Formats: sequence, structure tokens, C-alpha cells
Amino acid sequence: MADKEPRGEAYETQHVHTVYEEIASHFSSTRYKPWPIVESFLKGLPDGSIGADVGCGNGKYLAVNPRVFIVGSDRSTNLVKIAKAYHSHSVIVADSLSLPHPSKTFDFAISIAVIHHLSTPERRIEAVRAVLDILRPPSSVQGDEGGKALIYVWALEQKDSRRGWDEGHEQDVMVPWVLKGKREKKPSKKRQSDDQISEDRDRDRGMGGQGEDKTFLRYYHLYRKGELEGDIEEAGGRILGSGYEKDNWWAIAVSKMDS
Amino acid sequence: MKLLTLNFLTCAIKTCKTSPSSFPLHPQDSELEIVEADINVLFLRNMLPRLMWNELRLIVNELGLPSLPETAPDASSLLETKLQVPEGDTTGLNIEKIEVPSQVAKDLHRVLLETCIREGKLVCGNCGHEYKVMEGVANFLLPGHLV
Repeated sequence: MADKEPRGEAYETQHVHTVYEEIASHFSSTRYKPWPIVESFLKGLPDGSIGADVGCGNGKYLAVNPRVFIVGSDRSTNLVKIAKAYHSHSVIVADSLSLPHPSKTFDFAISIAVIHHLSTPERRIEAVRAVLDILRPPSSVQGDEGGKALIYVWALEQKDSRRGWDEGHEQDVMVPWVLKGKREKKPSKKRQSDDQISEDRDRDRGMGGQGEDKTFLRYYHLYRKGELEGDIEEAGGRILGSGYEKDNWWAIAVSKMDS
Repeated sequence: MKLLTLNFLTCAIKTCKTSPSSFPLHPQDSELEIVEADINVLFLRNMLPRLMWNELRLIVNELGLPSLPETAPDASSLLETKLQVPEGDTTGLNIEKIEVPSQVAKDLHRVLLETCIREGKLVCGNCGHEYKVMEGVANFLLPGHLV
């Protein structure tokens, strides 16, 4: 259960941004396997498509399709430094609620495991709106629905995961990330070749080493079934598809036609 | 940061976005570098209609780089036909036509995808706010009073 501090920007600075800044390097070493829905979304784009990866983290999705151009952004300078390695794209440091992109620009946008870090319903809806706002509106060409956004958030319903959360549980939670000892091991070869790495294990996996463990707590809002779709509707989006994958809810949405 | 990126960036301050003078951001005190990349003509062709040509010309001039043509190149000018003797043919009688990136495509690729801002700042033409670029990464985080 989350604490009783007032939620909002200052709260997220302490319980999300500062944590990622500190765990960036270790966090990144556990994030190299793209989730299947995201991978197929990115691979299905025409060459030369322009997109934004809002909350790109270490940039793992920038590697999926080198034939599109993505401007990745993240709140964490340390994560962006890692994401910079993907030379075919560009990365910037930016806040997802103050994106430096012109409105109605991109063919696609992805927001993967980002919006669940915003700590009030209003801010989550605002974050969805910010993603929809930068999408290209539908054109007069028949069948062109405009830019598409893929949004992915952690699910409340994950009773088979190690955490075991499920319907009825508190949705606002603090999730530990354990940095073990001073020395960090690289991921083992077995892990790198493992096709089915569960995101659940990834999320707070400690590494072997010596010295004292340090635990960081990150704020998450766990989405219940239908809630993501509700936020998208509220933000002025239209849902093209949605579903559940590996303890997460996802939805693909477009901006509603301009009136 | 590739110059192409500037085609997709504006001021992070909400009240600036509706003002035409917030786009493009103006590079200042820039230290440029060339980061070589593979040329992809299909990519360039699909990118062409997305480019804000006049704004990119302005940026290129502000950076003191060779000027871009007055109008955006036509997609058809990105490829040119080259005659060549197929590999292994010693008779020289079987000349074939192949399509290769034209000079226009190479120039465009060079300026948009290989020319990068390593250090400097990006300045909003509307409010004057400066965004620092360090080690090729522009930082758009705003101080609290501007959010």
C-alpha cells in the first residue's frame, strides 16, 4: 500500500524519477527483451515512419526497427545516456507531460510502462492526452486513421505472477527494486538466450554481488481491467484494439477526428 | 543529435506551442560532428513529405552549413541510373543498369542524418528559453515555475 503523502509531481520526483536515476544502469541490464506486442507493432510500420517513444528508458525499443525514425524521450538523464547508443534514432531528456514535440506530427507513438508511474488519475489522463496530441490526425486518404499510439501499463490482475496481485487489491503500490551489493554481474548467458523472460521477474531482480543490499521503492498505479481504455476515452482517443499480455494491459489508439 | 530531430522538436512550454515562432528551435553555440550512417533511399523518400523544408533551410543556414536547395527535392531525384558491367563478366558486352542513391540523396542524408549537434543549445524563438545540448542529448526538463 502506498504511503499517505500527497500525490502529484513532487511525489513522482521522489518515488519514481529519483529512483530511476539511481538504478538506471542496473535497471537497464535487465531490460533487453522487447515485449511481443510492442515488437510486432513496431515491425509492422512502413519504412520511414516517424515516431516518438515517450518514456524510452534504456531505449530497448529503439533497436527493434531501424527503418523507422524514433525520437525517444525519458525523464531520466542516466537512462537516456544509455539509450543514446541506438544511433539510427535520437533521444532527448523530457517530461512526458511537457513534451517538446509539435502537435499532430507523428505516425506512431509508444508509451511502454510509463503511465502507471503517474500518481493521480488526472495526471494519467493528461499523459495519455499528451501521447495522442502528438499523433498525426486522420488524412483525407481513405483508410488513413492517422497516427497510432501503443500504450502499455502494468495490470492489477496478475495472480499467477510472483507478486500475486489480483482484482480487489490496492491499486497504488510501492514496488521494491533491490540493488545487491557493490559489484554487479552481467546477465548470465542462460538469461540472454531465454525466450520467455517474465517481466515480473525482471521488474525487481537483484544481481549477485557483495556488500549491503539497497532497496529502492517505486510508485506504481496498477491498472484494473478496462481502466486503460477508460483513460484513453477520457483523453479523447479512440481504441483500435486492446488486450492483456504478460501481466500488462495494452491498447492501440488514435486521436478522434477533429470536429 | 541528428539535425533531422529538429524537424520534430519545439518548445516544451505549453503556451509556446501554439505560437508559430516556437518552431523550429534555433541552434546556438553549436559544436557539430558527423556520425556516419547507412543511406536508405526508401527512408529518405518517405521522410521527404514530412520535412518542414523552409524551417530546415533556416536551421542549416543558422548553423553555417552549405545551403539546402530552395525547394525540397522531388522523390524521383533521389535515385539515379548507373551503367555497370556485371561482376564476373569479362566480355564487357552485358552492361546492366542499376539504381544508386543520387548526389541529391547523399547530400540530404549527410545533412539530416549524419550531421549531429554534440554540444550547444536550442533556443525557442517565442519565449527565448534555452535548452542545453550536452554530449548529443538535448534536455527539455523545465524549471518548476515554467511547467
